[in-house]
Amino acid sequence: MSELFSNVSNITWQQIVMWIIGAVLIYLAIKKDMEPSLLLPMGFGAILVNLPMSGAVTQIYDGVQEVGVIDVLFNSGIANELFPLLLFVGIGAMIDFGPLLSNPKLMIFGAAAQFGIFFTFSLAAAVGFDIKDAASIGIIGAADGPTSIFVANYFNSRYIGAIMVAAYSYMALVPLVQPPVIRLLTTKKERRIRMEYTQKSVSKTTKILFPIIITVITGIVSPRSVALIGFLMFGNLVRECGVLDSLSDTAQKVLANLITLFLGITIATKMQAGMFLTKETLMIISLGLIAFIFDTAGGVVFAKILNLFLKKGKKINPMIGAAGISAFPMSARVVHKMGLQEDNQNFLLMHSIGVNVSGQIASVIAGGMILNLLG
Amino acid sequence: MNFDVLLSTFPVMVKGMLGIFIVTCVIILVMNLLNKFTGEKK
Repeated sequence: MSELFSNVSNITWQQIVMWIIGAVLIYLAIKKDMEPSLLLPMGFGAILVNLPMSGAVTQIYDGVQEVGVIDVLFNSGIANELFPLLLFVGIGAMIDFGPLLSNPKLMIFGAAAQFGIFFTFSLAAAVGFDIKDAASIGIIGAADGPTSIFVANYFNSRYIGAIMVAAYSYMALVPLVQPPVIRLLTTKKERRIRMEYTQKSVSKTTKILFPIIITVITGIVSPRSVALIGFLMFGNLVRECGVLDSLSDTAQKVLANLITLFLGITIATKMQAGMFLTKETLMIISLGLIAFIFDTAGGVVFAKILNLFLKKGKKINPMIGAAGISAFPMSARVVHKMGLQEDNQNFLLMHSIGVNVSGQIASVIAGGMILNLLG
Repeated sequence: MNFDVLLSTFPVMVKGMLGIFIVTCVIILVMNLLNKFTGEKK
């Protein structure tokens, strides 16, 4: 009987703290509907890998190493960047670049809203993180899970667990994080600026050529990110070509769901108490928030600067700059809702969707830039 | 907070942001050309 409970003595207080963190993630996923597809598997995984002598992760029993299944998944799906790339095929198949193609200049806001990545990178380095860990932390600001995993894993960051928790939590918290920053940086008058939207049709040829051309341009400029952008655009090409509807449907639903199912629980291998419960984790969570705040600020301030040069009647509502972060479609919805709160006839949705979609591309380019500059 | 390290990272920040803007401008240019040459005729 005593053998049955012998493992109880192996429980540490750190593991109990991780169970609580896991339970909080599960609670947030179920009760608050915060990125449930990722936070729930991560929460459960956090409990699973923090059971004493958990066989789900690699352990040494009687001097013999037994490889755990979650470590097998990590080595075959994340250490080689396979999962985030496959997920990008699904995401690419889900995105309609139509609003962006009908108004390409909106893409400039996607670029401006990546400022938080580089600001946080500098800040993380200044507070003592290794330069590659700092880059991995900065990329939380991409507001793009697969890109964050790709970059953090490329740099072999030991903080990948904390980075993922921060990235996905803040993505879910976009409706709470962005509005105060937008209000702080804009006047009521600016928030009431109306923007005309004229529906422009985009030809099928344009939609087909777009993913190919983007892949070529980004691949030439930033070869290390070509896999990321390539897989995203491959998914989009499958969607837009019009002859692979079945594959497009599979990529959007089955593939994306299957990868998501294992992604969260696999990341949990990096949430073992020993490597997660550190002061660095708290710093990463704080830096992640700074990244999101400065991304939002970057987009809004850039729009305000552009307005200095635009004629009356052609001015841009600076709130749409905030939609340049990659958190799709939450960020676009936040901006649209804020526009309606200020003026119930101010419809910013199509503009903010265009900017938000451009953020998807810009975040991957930003990831590529980081890899190019520091890889 | 190490201000020397902070300053040493600024070139990466500038190059990174500049790089994103340049690539984005090229993409915008290409998208405009694409719309012009392959867009639906009115």
